[in-house]
Amino acid sequence: MSDDGRDPRPEGLGRRDFIKMGFVGAFAILVPFAVRAAERAPYRREDYTWGFIVDLQKCMGCGACVRACKAENAVPDGFNRTWVERYTVGRDGKVEVDSPLGALNGFPEDVPHPPTEVGKSFFVPKLCNQCATAPCVQVCPVGASYAAPDGVTLVDRKRCIGCGYCVQACPYGVRYIHPQTGYADKCTLCYHRITKGLPTACAQACPVGARSAGNLKDTTSRIRQLLNSSRYGVLKPALGTNPKCYYIGLDKEVV
Amino acid sequence: MHGEAISELMGFVFPNEQHVTWTVMIVLYPYITGLVAGAFIVSSLYHLFGQESLKPVARFALVSSFAFLLFATMPLLLHLGLPTRAFNIMITPSSSSAMAGFGIVYLTYMAIVVVEVWFSMREEIVGRALATTGALGFLFKALALFDLRVDERTRALDHKVVRFLAGLGIPVACFLHGYVGFLFGSIKANPWWSTPMMFIIFLLSAIVSGIAVLILLFYVISWVRRVEVDAPCVQTMANFLWGFMIIDVALELMQILSIAYQQRAEWEALQILIEDKLFWSHVVIQLLIGSLVPFLLLGLNSLVKLRQRTRNVLIFSSSVLLLIQVLAMRWNVVIGGQLMSKSFRGYTSYMPGLWDHEGLIVAVVVFTVPFLLLRFFDFMVPLFPSDSAIGKGRPS
Repeated sequence: MSDDGRDPRPEGLGRRDFIKMGFVGAFAILVPFAVRAAERAPYRREDYTWGFIVDLQKCMGCGACVRACKAENAVPDGFNRTWVERYTVGRDGKVEVDSPLGALNGFPEDVPHPPTEVGKSFFVPKLCNQCATAPCVQVCPVGASYAAPDGVTLVDRKRCIGCGYCVQACPYGVRYIHPQTGYADKCTLCYHRITKGLPTACAQACPVGARSAGNLKDTTSRIRQLLNSSRYGVLKPALGTNPKCYYIGLDKEVV
Repeated sequence: MHGEAISELMGFVFPNEQHVTWTVMIVLYPYITGLVAGAFIVSSLYHLFGQESLKPVARFALVSSFAFLLFATMPLLLHLGLPTRAFNIMITPSSSSAMAGFGIVYLTYMAIVVVEVWFSMREEIVGRALATTGALGFLFKALALFDLRVDERTRALDHKVVRFLAGLGIPVACFLHGYVGFLFGSIKANPWWSTPMMFIIFLLSAIVSGIAVLILLFYVISWVRRVEVDAPCVQTMANFLWGFMIIDVALELMQILSIAYQQRAEWEALQILIEDKLFWSHVVIQLLIGSLVPFLLLGLNSLVKLRQRTRNVLIFSSSVLLLIQVLAMRWNVVIGGQLMSKSFRGYTSYMPGLWDHEGLIVAVVVFTVPFLLLRFFDFMVPLFPSDSAIGKGRPS
């Protein structure tokens, strides 16, 4: 109290307190972001070997992955970085495969056999197999197709001459020459996303969690856990390409 | 617009395979390279292996090889998605790629052919340099590298160099074309291509097409110049043509036979490819019309005593048919291999457009230019020796 009986500080919150509280409040708001930033260490390629896993028992052929991929990567019409095939095995063992527009709109038509004649039917999503010994990388005459240190096969658009040799060399038909730009194009495993800790566009869009990319070097990753606990296969293993795209519940009819 | 409307599909084809990536330009590339290698080998038969009856055509064969070689890369350039980067294949080659060796092989062969052409034409170039004045005279003098001496000593040296380069050129020519076959044969993803026999089949079909095109040109030029065709010369070429075509076709058949007999998983799909998609181009044109008929005609020519007129008909028509056979073979390999999907469950179709930049008109133009160039070369410096009938019969 001062002599005149007045409090030297103004009533309520003083300026000094206001600024103090402002600092404290701002700090409190920023802490979670700071913690998250600290948790997400900068992406180090050498810590990763990317692989992809597809659970064929989960895929229901909705085509959301195909649409997401098209939108995310501006895939030109008539070509696909990923697509979904439908296998229909008749009771007589006859196999029919279809993939209308790569299942861009799912499968609007019914299975080719009448339902009573269908033995089994299932969907198989396809994408770049991320081969450990990739024939596309081997044949590229200018080194434009290359394997990144984290195991993802990529195309350097600044180097590609558009000869199409990689398109011929890929046993899985995942490559194409971009009709507008002339360079070779294919699934990059959404490299721009996975290196920022995000899922691939197809994985994020999949309503049943049938497909995802993961770090094979990390023993705690989902892909490693699935590979350790399930029986799986890869496509065309006899060609020695060593694909890193694994299929749980792969049927022998799938090539 | 979606791609499904463009190609006629059969069975299940992977979405990206509905469009054929390697077009008629890539059919033309091994075809022209084959003519290069084949024509060179004919000239070497004279220069190196003493086939004296081939003298009238030896130098012409060498220059033909050069003319085709100049345009061998043209279809590739037209095909590239990014043609402005074409030279990257030579500047920044990737050591693991079979295709990256192209620059080295092509340039080595080009160097050999250019030098051999120069030495084999030197006397004629000097002759033109002495006979002409003004700018053209200067051009010929420059072409002769301003050394206008011609005597026994220089002739001997020219001859020696040509012989040496003819010897060196044979393995390089074989390598150039065997290499083109290897580009296809090394693609394990494609069972129609993936065979170690591919490079040897390409090489032999190259020799066949090279001899056939020389026979054809030799006849046409003889008729244009109104001279009797040099019978021993065409007969020798026809004999070689018969021999090489027998080995070539036998190997082509052996290749299919071995795939069929092995009955691997992909044979079922390949069988449909051959019997359905390639029925006309492979079974009818390549095997029956292109191989069986010339085999019989050339056999008749080689084994039976005939009048020269009849021989001319047999040899000429066989050469035409064999040129078609080799073109069909290139088509069946390059296009055929892409018609079958790597799903092994379906087939696409392909027909080049007429006016596309990789279409038929452009293909015809690219294939015609080397012949026009050859005519121009002959206008500049006579390509046939002046002591032969065809050389004397020059209209100019």
